[in-house]
Amino acid sequence: MSTASSHTPNYTPWHPRWYRPRVSTWWWLGSWRYLKFILREISSIFVALAVGMTLLQIAALRRGPEAYERFQHTLRSPFATIVGFITLGFVLFHSITWFNLAPHALAVRVRGKRVPALAISLPHYLAWIAVSGAIAWLVMR
Amino acid sequence: MSIAAKKSHDGFFWSLFSSGGMLAAILIPIHVFIFWVAVPHGWLTPNYDHLHSLAQMPLVRLYLFVLCSLSLFHWAHRFRFTLYDGLQIKHLNELVFVCCYGTALAGTIVAAYLLSTF
Amino acid sequence: MPDTVTLEVTRYSPERDAEPATQRFEVPLRKDWVVLDALNYIKDKVDGTLTYRWSCRMGICGSCGMMVNGEPKLTCATFLSSYSNGGKPIRVEPLRYFPVVRDLVVEMSDFMAKLKKAMPWLVRKQEKPLSEGEFLQTPEQLESYRQFSMCINCTLCYAACPVYGLDPVFVGPAAMALAQRYNLDSRDQGAAERMAILAHPEGVWGCTFVGECTRVCPKHVDPAGAIQQYKIKAAMDWFKSFLMPRGAE
Repeated sequence: MSTASSHTPNYTPWHPRWYRPRVSTWWWLGSWRYLKFILREISSIFVALAVGMTLLQIAALRRGPEAYERFQHTLRSPFATIVGFITLGFVLFHSITWFNLAPHALAVRVRGKRVPALAISLPHYLAWIAVSGAIAWLVMR
Repeated sequence: MSIAAKKSHDGFFWSLFSSGGMLAAILIPIHVFIFWVAVPHGWLTPNYDHLHSLAQMPLVRLYLFVLCSLSLFHWAHRFRFTLYDGLQIKHLNELVFVCCYGTALAGTIVAAYLLSTF
Repeated sequence: MPDTVTLEVTRYSPERDAEPATQRFEVPLRKDWVVLDALNYIKDKVDGTLTYRWSCRMGICGSCGMMVNGEPKLTCATFLSSYSNGGKPIRVEPLRYFPVVRDLVVEMSDFMAKLKKAMPWLVRKQEKPLSEGEFLQTPEQLESYRQFSMCINCTLCYAACPVYGLDPVFVGPAAMALAQRYNLDSRDQGAAERMAILAHPEGVWGCTFVGECTRVCPKHVDPAGAIQQYKIKAAMDWFKSFLMPRGAE
């Protein structure tokens, strides 16, 4: 306990140098499963595009038959046609991935035991088909 | 009795995301198929007057409003997190939040205007 | 089946290296050997400085998690023979998204801190006196949380979760699954306290349901399911508190 020096050096405990790799911006290209996840998230952009198309359609419908026909003509253009098919593909992907994930989120128990995943996803698919059919019928009536 | 951390409102935005996602999953594909693919290319030919009178029905207008709005908020929430994870721009937090939900809100207002004045 | 297989193992010594490098070892390819057996062979017979964690060698302690050919695995449960590989070496790397201390050993204190915040023990508002006897629980009550109780804290799920990799503040799959395990336990009364770590932007709301955690879990805990189920509950709680701000818990 020397009092000769009033200044005690500030020692820090020794610490090993950990290696911390940085996750690359392209992490999602690292595996097929990660890529599938990002495509699933990207499908939401096409949902938004579908809404955009719907609003444009409503606007055209609202303005009159000529505006509506001009809008149909725009949708027939090669660019709109390609985007339309890609959108259809992605919104179908959204639906299928959504229904397949539902069993994880909905813990339904019958007499204490979890029901099998199909018992959750199948009703979703059936509702999808039924409602789609009803809308098609309504439009084509 | 314990305190929660700063109250998070993500529960609200997640509800919009999940209800929008369910509606979009069930309804958007048939809308895209009929109105973006089949009708423009003449595979289905509903006539203008029928579509117009359908769209005038209050229930249909309400349905279209709810579908469009919630689907947009579904996109907004999902896209916000895709930007965080995909582009790692979480530091631009506030900007991303405003751009995403702001766009959804703008779309909702447009839908409300179009459908209420049909 | 060929006699030997090559392992390409990450080596990192912080005193010596700026970053990790790999070293190849040829080990006997025995039908009943797992990757952990190969690592033990290397340490016993080839290079005693190889450093890694292991304990029970039977898939219950959770110590031996590493990346095998880019996938998070328990090395005691991963057979060498399932990597026929056409002669390509089997890559063994430290668990992803954790800082590397040395060779195949990663630093786990971040997970430990988060686990503690999840309060993985029974929380009681009122302790039950011993004289009242034990807690009774029906098989149905046990079933409601049993799956989530299977977690062995091996953190393979953290190594699979890109959200955790991108944002180390994210609470992560296992901690949240364990919080939910206790929330669902009929003996527990601590759901309100656990809200602090769960209903939080870095808790369940940070999860984007990639689902990789559930896929790699060696105990089939389904942490992604636990998190999504909690999201539904937390969202309903938000609406309840919004509509009835002075509503009782």
